[in-house]
Amino acid sequence: MSPQVRMANDIAVQFQHQAPDVAAAAIAEHIRAFWDPRMRAELMRRVESEPGTLDPLALAAARLLAG
Amino acid sequence: MSLLKEPDLGTPAKPGPATVSVEVDGLPVTVPEGTSVMRAAALSGIDIPKLCATDSLEAFGSCRLCLVEIDGRRGTPASCTTPVAEGMKVSTQTPKLEKLRQGVMELYISDHPLDCLTCSANGDCELQDMSGAVGLRQVRYGYEGANHLDEKTDSSNPYFDFEASKCIACSRCVRACGEVQGTFALTIEGRGFGSKVSAGGTDFMSSECVSCGACVQACPTATLQEKSVVQLGMPSRSVITTCAYCGVGCSFKAELRGAELVRMVPYKDGGANEGHSCVKGRFAFGYATHPDRVLTPMIREKITDEWRPVDWDTVISFTANKLREIQARYGVGAIGGITSSRTTNEEVYVVQKMIRAAFGNNNVDTCARVCHSPTGYGLKQTFGTSAGTQDFRSVAKSDVIMVIGANPTDGHPVFASRMKRRLREGAKLIVIDPRRIDLVRSPHVQAQHHLQLAPGTNVAVVNAMAHVVLTEGLVDRSFVDERCEDFDGWAEFIARPENSPEAVEELTGVPAEEVRAAARLFATGGNGAIYYGLGVTEHSQGSTMVMGMANLAMATGNIGREGVGINPLRGQNNVQGSCDMGSFPHELPGYRHVSDDVVRGVFENMWGSTLMAEPGLRIPNMFDAAIEGSFRALYVQGEDIAQSDPNIKHVHAALKALELVVVQDLFLNETAKFAHVFLPGTSFLEKDGTFTNAERRINRVRPVMPPKTGKHEWQIVAEIAQAMGYPMRYDDPSEIMDEIAALTPTFAGVSFEKLDKLGSVQWPCNENAPEGTPIMHMDGFVRGKGRFVQTPFVPTRERSTRKYPLILTTGRILSQYNVGAQTRRTGNVAWHSEDVLEIHPHDAEVRGINDGDEVTLASRVGATSLRAVLADRMPVGVVYTTFHHPVTGANVVTTENSDWATNCPEYKVTAVQVGLKNSTAPAQAGQVETMLPAMVD
Repeated sequence: MSPQVRMANDIAVQFQHQAPDVAAAAIAEHIRAFWDPRMRAELMRRVESEPGTLDPLALAAARLLAG
Repeated sequence: MSLLKEPDLGTPAKPGPATVSVEVDGLPVTVPEGTSVMRAAALSGIDIPKLCATDSLEAFGSCRLCLVEIDGRRGTPASCTTPVAEGMKVSTQTPKLEKLRQGVMELYISDHPLDCLTCSANGDCELQDMSGAVGLRQVRYGYEGANHLDEKTDSSNPYFDFEASKCIACSRCVRACGEVQGTFALTIEGRGFGSKVSAGGTDFMSSECVSCGACVQACPTATLQEKSVVQLGMPSRSVITTCAYCGVGCSFKAELRGAELVRMVPYKDGGANEGHSCVKGRFAFGYATHPDRVLTPMIREKITDEWRPVDWDTVISFTANKLREIQARYGVGAIGGITSSRTTNEEVYVVQKMIRAAFGNNNVDTCARVCHSPTGYGLKQTFGTSAGTQDFRSVAKSDVIMVIGANPTDGHPVFASRMKRRLREGAKLIVIDPRRIDLVRSPHVQAQHHLQLAPGTNVAVVNAMAHVVLTEGLVDRSFVDERCEDFDGWAEFIARPENSPEAVEELTGVPAEEVRAAARLFATGGNGAIYYGLGVTEHSQGSTMVMGMANLAMATGNIGREGVGINPLRGQNNVQGSCDMGSFPHELPGYRHVSDDVVRGVFENMWGSTLMAEPGLRIPNMFDAAIEGSFRALYVQGEDIAQSDPNIKHVHAALKALELVVVQDLFLNETAKFAHVFLPGTSFLEKDGTFTNAERRINRVRPVMPPKTGKHEWQIVAEIAQAMGYPMRYDDPSEIMDEIAALTPTFAGVSFEKLDKLGSVQWPCNENAPEGTPIMHMDGFVRGKGRFVQTPFVPTRERSTRKYPLILTTGRILSQYNVGAQTRRTGNVAWHSEDVLEIHPHDAEVRGINDGDEVTLASRVGATSLRAVLADRMPVGVVYTTFHHPVTGANVVTTENSDWATNCPEYKVTAVQVGLKNSTAPAQAGQVETMLPAMVD
């Protein structure tokens, strides 16, 4: 598992107590605030190539970031 | 300056306004109630002779030298133990007193060697001074009777001697050990004439003595004397500066003889330490002049080449050219740097400025990444600022002290002494820690509750405590209603049954009733203060735990006044400062996000450079990017990442992958093995700048000697930046602080001039608080309302298994510091010459391990070997070691797991196996069941 996927999943699990849309927004915001652009780009590549490795909330967050 | 002798007023100051007026030898003086006659006299300018009294200790009244006469009172009371009373008229010099004092001195001198001319304390001996002060001219008793002149000298301690023949049994050392340090290692053995000071019936080195130096400081004669004074002679001048070890930030007088540093003496006016010290700050400064120090710049093309010494111009152009070449080939973001928590604010500031303005990216991080970054995140989310809330003095007003994941007596010993003093006065103590740290039970200190939780379950425990507070109606509703927000959602969350102590008992290993009792005590016991360390932050839920503690403090109203608060005990001397100075890749100085256009614009105007609006790489991300190939050069200021960072194999692979590693340090450390450029750094004795301690106190670091390398570190950084084409020039470090103040609202009122005038200030220091802010969030939180954040417990993915059934947790010990680069090069190795593995006797027995055996320690990422020490302070199933020695390489076994929010490594939870070295024991021991059910898959 790539570091970016591992980290995104680690963040996602912390927000799983929230409603999915709220959680996805919070995860996306966290990644936007703290991740270097190349890490975000790598996450996007993983979303395309191996979406199954991502926690569903992390995946939703990544899609928000992409949008 | 000449040798600074601080005045000794004889007895401690009493709090409160000066309301009691007395006359001393006809001079009027008004002092607070409870002040001693001796202190009142001293404040009026009259020194009463004394031997057993000193103002760092409570009055004792044993030497009978400080007698006075008081109008209307019979006899000659001791001025140290007699409190002032309104209208009192005191006479300190009368024929009667003179005769009495001379008689007392005769007795002392009759049993004291008369070797003043050759004594190491000649000129700095209170007995000598008092002989003169009382006019002693004869000793009628001679020197031939029973005496102690043949007592042997105890030289066992590496730093000071105990010359018993010179002891006058004043008990100052014994009282200092108890009252100031709180160790109670010394005692008076015997009675009457046979009384003598004893280190518990053994020599100092074998005793409970922690070598803090308080006894040496208190001794009025040469009985307890620094070996350096014996060898070098009395110092003749002082420079006031700040210790460069832990985050307490003690002020010291560096005392020199000519250009040679003789000793470091704790400074009574130091806001953080108020005259106390520990074995590191007081004595372990020899590394600064150790022959291992490299004083010449060096370069090499490949890490397999020999180092080539070069001059400063060559190394600066070599470094700048390489950095620019790499950027030309791989892009602007291919280089970055790491700032150090051991260097000054000014040195940190210029490194991050070089990276942001000259490198043109935000790839700057600091070693706080691997210790207290969750503190920054968690406290900013809840309170609005990334810092502890209190000053150290505040603990004197605490009624319930909760210590979580910290071991202050080892990690922050001078603050621990303050804390122990308050505990001896009756404050209650709750310890939350897997280990039975010394505070749980030590002389005159006994924790009311020790929640001995399984490593990795902090959040479950703090949530359970909050659950009790909420469900038992112990919330401070007026505080919450007035000062906080998002309470209702949090309350609904925390009240859920899964957060109850009973629900998490199996997980945490802490009996539910114990959690309930501790929560009730914290909520109802008066001022409740939380102190915490890396046992909170270095977890995969470190940031969650910081927010969990903040929730608990807000729910119980324990924020915004003396005696309460959330207080991170910072590891290194300038962790707070390095964070304040904009060392994080997402924040500019003052904790402002790089994406904030307005803030960035202010910096761009001042720096004359366009800054990136996107965050850069954190340290672990730099390693990943180095291996992946997009990150090619790293500048490392004063940090040994090849030893201190987790999963060393991964770190080494990253360092090897880089085309350029620049190390700026005192020594050729482990990281320098991977370096192409070595920039020799300066020790704290050569630095000119400021450190900011754990209580946000900005202290001056003054140069005791010129840089041995010929350049200050900030000069080197500025010259590299200039060689890269970015103009950066300062003529003096005060100019750097002026720039910091101009750009950082919380530092707006800080200047070297003000620090020299006031001694120190605690930020925020600005228009609203020109002399600083000891306690934060008093009238409101920095973010407006304190924010409750829901903190679900998410277990770490690191689990003990059949193959790795034990949990390793790491930490530090008193005599050593961090990676040991400094302390290993001092006499402190006498206490800790190697890292050892502490293991519970049960875990050892089932593995056939005896105390002292060499064992292997293996995790899924690596293995090392070290010596086992059986210790029942460890719970069954948990082992512990330190990382002070590179030969052990404790971080060979720690993993890539990290805090979800900040990537702070999870040093505190690693599944491991332990077995006798060169045996098959590990596999067999893998059959053993751990007693930590929560951690077993």
